[in-house]
Amino acid sequence: MTQSLLEIKDLSVYFDVPEGVARAVDGVSFNVLPGETLALVGESGCGKSVTSMSILGLIPSPPGRIERGRIIYSGRNLLEEKEEHLRRIRGNEISMIFQEPMTSLNPVLSIGRQVAEPLMVHRGLSREDATAEALSWLERVRIPAAAKRLEDYPHQLSGGMRQRVMIAMALVCQPRLLIADEPTTALDVTIQAQVLTLMHSLKEELGMALMLITHDLGVVAQVARRVVVMYAGQVVEEAPVADIFDNPFHPYTQGLLRSMPRLGQNKGRLAEIPGTVPVLTETIAGCRFAPRCAHQFDRCRIEAPPLFEIADGRRARCWLKRYPDRRKAHV
Amino acid sequence: MRRLLKRFFSNLNFSLGFVLSFVVVAMALVSLVWTPYNPNRMNPRDRLQGPSISHPLGTDQYGRDTLSRVMTGAVNSIIVGLVTVAIGLTVGVLLGLAAAYYGRFVDEAIMRFSDLLFAFPAVLTAILITSVLGPSMINAMLAIGVFYIPIFARLTRAVAQGVWQQEFVTAARASGIGEWAITRRHILPNILSPLLIQGTIQFAVAILAEAGLSYLGLGTQPPNASWGRMLNEAQTFMNLSPWMAIFPGVAIAWAVLGFNLLGDGLRDTLDPRMVKVR
Repeated sequence: MTQSLLEIKDLSVYFDVPEGVARAVDGVSFNVLPGETLALVGESGCGKSVTSMSILGLIPSPPGRIERGRIIYSGRNLLEEKEEHLRRIRGNEISMIFQEPMTSLNPVLSIGRQVAEPLMVHRGLSREDATAEALSWLERVRIPAAAKRLEDYPHQLSGGMRQRVMIAMALVCQPRLLIADEPTTALDVTIQAQVLTLMHSLKEELGMALMLITHDLGVVAQVARRVVVMYAGQVVEEAPVADIFDNPFHPYTQGLLRSMPRLGQNKGRLAEIPGTVPVLTETIAGCRFAPRCAHQFDRCRIEAPPLFEIADGRRARCWLKRYPDRRKAHV
Repeated sequence: MRRLLKRFFSNLNFSLGFVLSFVVVAMALVSLVWTPYNPNRMNPRDRLQGPSISHPLGTDQYGRDTLSRVMTGAVNSIIVGLVTVAIGLTVGVLLGLAAAYYGRFVDEAIMRFSDLLFAFPAVLTAILITSVLGPSMINAMLAIGVFYIPIFARLTRAVAQGVWQQEFVTAARASGIGEWAITRRHILPNILSPLLIQGTIQFAVAILAEAGLSYLGLGTQPPNASWGRMLNEAQTFMNLSPWMAIFPGVAIAWAVLGFNLLGDGLRDTLDPRMVKVR
């Protein structure tokens, strides 16, 4: 077995909110292998982003707190590292791209300067050297006439161009892991494909791992090798990408797939998952998905299912593993 | 750069303010090397004259040339504006940044300190300070500057808090940039324009405040020229020679109006959101 690049073990992140304690991430475990593309999938508020932010130690505290768990990176638990050491990892060994290219760039600094900044911080390059390096990165992310763009400000660029700048900024120090939090959600579909292809080819070139956070299964199919599906702060299914699409185990994953529009199937309404995500401040007995699940039976409502091993490299948090005959044929 | 200038000058407030304040600054600069007469030299034979060819703005009760005194008074006013805004800016911005960054206790302490300063009637306290420390231009500047600290502290805190919430700050953190570097390279540049606008307006207010203190005899001391001081001296001779009061008065109004308009114009052009609100 390959040594994991990043290992998240039983991570729980709670937020103290006026209504009580929101268990945004509750006992999440998964790993990222060197050079692979892992997709973290789930709907809004399922804890995808919180998980990724805690890897870099960026959970605002208060109100957030890491309740328990470990995040192992090159043999060390990042959750116990000093801020100083974390800072040397951020942007240098583990980088992150955010959803909104409109707001993730500083409006009053030129893009050349922003791309150069991590190099000045981590590599101790002078401004001239860092800018020269930044220019080569802007070219690598295929910004046309990059040399002329160095002095441009974010508002002079389109959304797609800004996301390219963000990618350049995240990759200048050649990290081993890139966490991309919904990198294409805010972009037009045509630009989405370009940005994804670009990220994928740069990933191959640099041999880094990519952790892609998304709710868009179309994106997952395009680039991911393995998929972790999250629901209400927990991992509900983990499988190689082919299995997720051909043979999803968890009813939630199945629901997600059914609610995806497909070419040639444009008759009638899209299937939806009935009900809404549970409120994270409430304690839920039993399976968190049970109230919305078509297959649910008495045990689901009483006892929370553990993460069962379905096959080699496949896990699912569902009682149907133990009671396969409870699965209804046509839902 | 040219486009930016064009944008500024297409704003009426800015253009007008720029012209008015330019005259004041030019007058001050010229007076450093040349004035028609020595502004402090008495000439009893020419006392209390109205405007004439040899004395365009007339003379005062000691026969000193009013134009020369208005010119050197401009230097005085500009120095007061610069120093007081500098005091308020440096201390206020540091406090405001600290309040925005640390929040909680630090924020609470700094903001309550600001409230405390705000609670004092500014002019009365300035009078108190200058009368305790002794009347002088330096003490007047100190008194005015102290009251600028909470103004800039509050503004900085409010704007900086907003900037800290921005996603690019998280992005900067995610690239491993330290908190101090973020403050310096990402927060400060983003709060510069409101500070510039406020600074220009406070500059105008300081000119007025110094004129007030000097009028009361607590600011610039004789024989040095200050517009407020000149007004005070003119008071006695209002019936004999109203010119003596009119010209320093016009100078004060001119400069205050100029810098205020400049500030408004800067706000209109630098902060388009404010225009919509109005």
